[in-house]
Amino acid sequence: MAGGLFMTLAKSLIHPILALIFAPLMLGVIGRTKAILAGREGPPLAQPYHDLRKLLGKGAVYSRTTTWIFRAGPMIGLASTIVAVLLVPFGSCPAPLAFPGDLILFAYLLGLARLCTVLAALDTGSAFEGMGASREVLFSALAEPALLLGLAAVARETRSLSLSGMQAAQTLSAWSGAWLPLSLVAVALGVVLLSENSRIPVDDPNTHLELTMIHEVMVLDHGGPDLAFILYGAALKMWALAALLIGTVLPIRVGLPYTWPVDVALSLASMLGIAVGVGVVESTMARLRMSRVPQLLIFATTLSTLALVFEFGGLIR
Amino acid sequence: MSANAPLPMGPHDRPIRLAEIPVLAVDAFRSAILGQVNAGGRIAALFGMAGESNRVRLYAVLMYLETAEIAVLAADVADEYPSLTPDCPQAHMFEREIAEQWGVIPRGHPWLKPIRFHPSYRAGHDAWSRAAGEAIVPGVTDFFRVEGPEVHEVAVGPIHAGVIEPGHFRFQCHGEKVFHLEISLGFQHRGIERAMVGGPDKRTLPLVESIAGDTSVGHATAYAQAVEALSGCRVPLRAQALRGVALELERLANHAGDLGALANDVGYLPTASFCGRLRGDFLNATALICGSRFGRCLIRPGGVLWDVEPDRAEQLLARLQAALDDVAGATKILWDSLSVQARFEDTGVVPAEVAQDLGLVGPAARACGVDRDVRRDFPTGIYRFALIPPSTWNTGDVFGRAYVRWLEIRRSGQFVLQQIKSLPGGPVRSKPPGPLLPEAMAVSFVEGWRGSICHVAVTDAAGKFARYKVVDPSFRNWIGLAMALRDQQISDFPLCNKSFNLSYCGHDL
Repeated sequence: MAGGLFMTLAKSLIHPILALIFAPLMLGVIGRTKAILAGREGPPLAQPYHDLRKLLGKGAVYSRTTTWIFRAGPMIGLASTIVAVLLVPFGSCPAPLAFPGDLILFAYLLGLARLCTVLAALDTGSAFEGMGASREVLFSALAEPALLLGLAAVARETRSLSLSGMQAAQTLSAWSGAWLPLSLVAVALGVVLLSENSRIPVDDPNTHLELTMIHEVMVLDHGGPDLAFILYGAALKMWALAALLIGTVLPIRVGLPYTWPVDVALSLASMLGIAVGVGVVESTMARLRMSRVPQLLIFATTLSTLALVFEFGGLIR
Repeated sequence: MSANAPLPMGPHDRPIRLAEIPVLAVDAFRSAILGQVNAGGRIAALFGMAGESNRVRLYAVLMYLETAEIAVLAADVADEYPSLTPDCPQAHMFEREIAEQWGVIPRGHPWLKPIRFHPSYRAGHDAWSRAAGEAIVPGVTDFFRVEGPEVHEVAVGPIHAGVIEPGHFRFQCHGEKVFHLEISLGFQHRGIERAMVGGPDKRTLPLVESIAGDTSVGHATAYAQAVEALSGCRVPLRAQALRGVALELERLANHAGDLGALANDVGYLPTASFCGRLRGDFLNATALICGSRFGRCLIRPGGVLWDVEPDRAEQLLARLQAALDDVAGATKILWDSLSVQARFEDTGVVPAEVAQDLGLVGPAARACGVDRDVRRDFPTGIYRFALIPPSTWNTGDVFGRAYVRWLEIRRSGQFVLQQIKSLPGGPVRSKPPGPLLPEAMAVSFVEGWRGSICHVAVTDAAGKFARYKVVDPSFRNWIGLAMALRDQQISDFPLCNKSFNLSYCGHDL
């Protein structure tokens, strides 16, 4: 029995370790996909790692107008994102932290990270950063119901209030019985993934135009290790939301007790697929006009709500 | 002379003796200009020049589209005169320039602020009563402000996040909505007009070619035409054709680059990547002719320095045909992409009346349906023989400005291919131009890729430049950008800005 417990513990630590190591690779894959589709060779896949190493080796410069909030922002942001990753199951391995209601903690740990970034941005007193903070808060407030209502639909479907419980109950046969609401949730979470990670069509991570940025403009004043924390935190957030999508909504796994290494590999492949998908979306469509972004997020919320209605009403089973 | 009396009109490419230019009383000068502008004329240039007994002589060059003629008027002023701007908005920048350069106050000007932040040319006369030795810091002036509890001000530049030229932009915003944008430039002021005085000499051409680095061919052609008019020099036909080819290649390169940059600003990568490369292809075609990607050292008074031999002509044709085909493909996906069109359409609309009143030029004006193109209206050189039909659109938005560029790429492409296929024989350079006609003025127009370029050269008794006035299209169009931003989302500013793509150094001189 002790061996079984040890095994479960070891399995549950696989995901955090994979996430901490491979999260920046997702950004590398997105960048490479975009480059190839544009007919360029593009930066190496490991470029985000080189960037992080470079930034960690630099000193930080702080404006005289900022306070401790500005310095604390990146650290609290990264710490809360790491804790959020600990709540997400992967493959058929449960998360190291799991309890009923952890999905709410997950949503608000990401919220805490955002709050710290926003406070640090406001702390600089710059007009740009204030503008970026206002946009970030508006769009995340609209993305939040899409995420929570979507997870509520999955919770109803799997009769579990924990992310790991949802993952355990989410099998191919269960999925085939509720494919419609779950597909709606998958699309909604996909939109949330793009929006929360400031990707096209919501934000453009490559723009140098300070007036159009959302996330990037908030971190303009950060440099050196602080910026490295922010970039690493952003990569982890992307990983966490993608792992949440494939862990709780898309059962791409075998799910037998002894196939867990296969399931981990399948999930890694799915993560890769999501990164390529984001790269393809960014290569084939323009960014939305900023005043249209709320419509996209409300669309995602509507899908989640519809999924929840289907789940409770049992309309299509 | 009364306001309705006919003005001394003449062909636009002939020199005018200063003695023949009517010097009017200030009121008559003013009413003559207003009368002609109301009757469909346009101000090509309005500038001051040091006059007798520390007075300033104002010259106004008016252009008439119907007859391709110009009229030049003059008036002597001391320290102030009644402003034209309240009745004729297209004079607004010229009058601010006169105030800054000569310390002459256009009384009643609604927006009298420095534009380039340099001391007055006339010692002891300053329109803003600044002391003689006082440091003048660019961008430090009284900006228009909107007050209110929910109104906020966003200041951008002069140092930007991207590698671009310096300029200062002040937005008065309500949330994301822009009530007003004020643009303050002058950071790139190099004193080109004053450095031209005393020329032409060895420095003159390099100076002209650097008025705006991306419009080297346009400005060099305008300068060459002015010198040729003043010296009575005739340009061989082959040189005229090559000048046309170089000018259109400059247009092709910049328009293709602009379409790519517009795609990049909305995050549409395919066109952004292709057009970035294609701009280089067109620049390299110019380099194949003269060794410089920006057409430097190609245009000289009397002709061009480099000929295109048959084998290079063939190489040029092959390269251009390939590049033009690629541009067609790269822009087709731009027009076919709904997400791009959703961003371009109805963004940054400039109404046609506003474009007309403010005297906007180039693709920015043609996108509003203002049919104005000096290649057709005031043709010089090869454009007398080969017409490029002007391309217009009627929406005045970012889409219009982008689409007009595409239409111009097609027409300029056809023109260039046709000219290279049928280059006239003969030399590419006549004998160097002789001395310039003394005490005379020559006006020269070129349709650069941003719009009409106007150079006015005035010679002294020795046949040297006593005054050289450069009107770059950016000088006229920056106000158009400010107008386009009214009631727009501040996040659309970079897109609107790119759709104008104006030159900072062309404005700052």
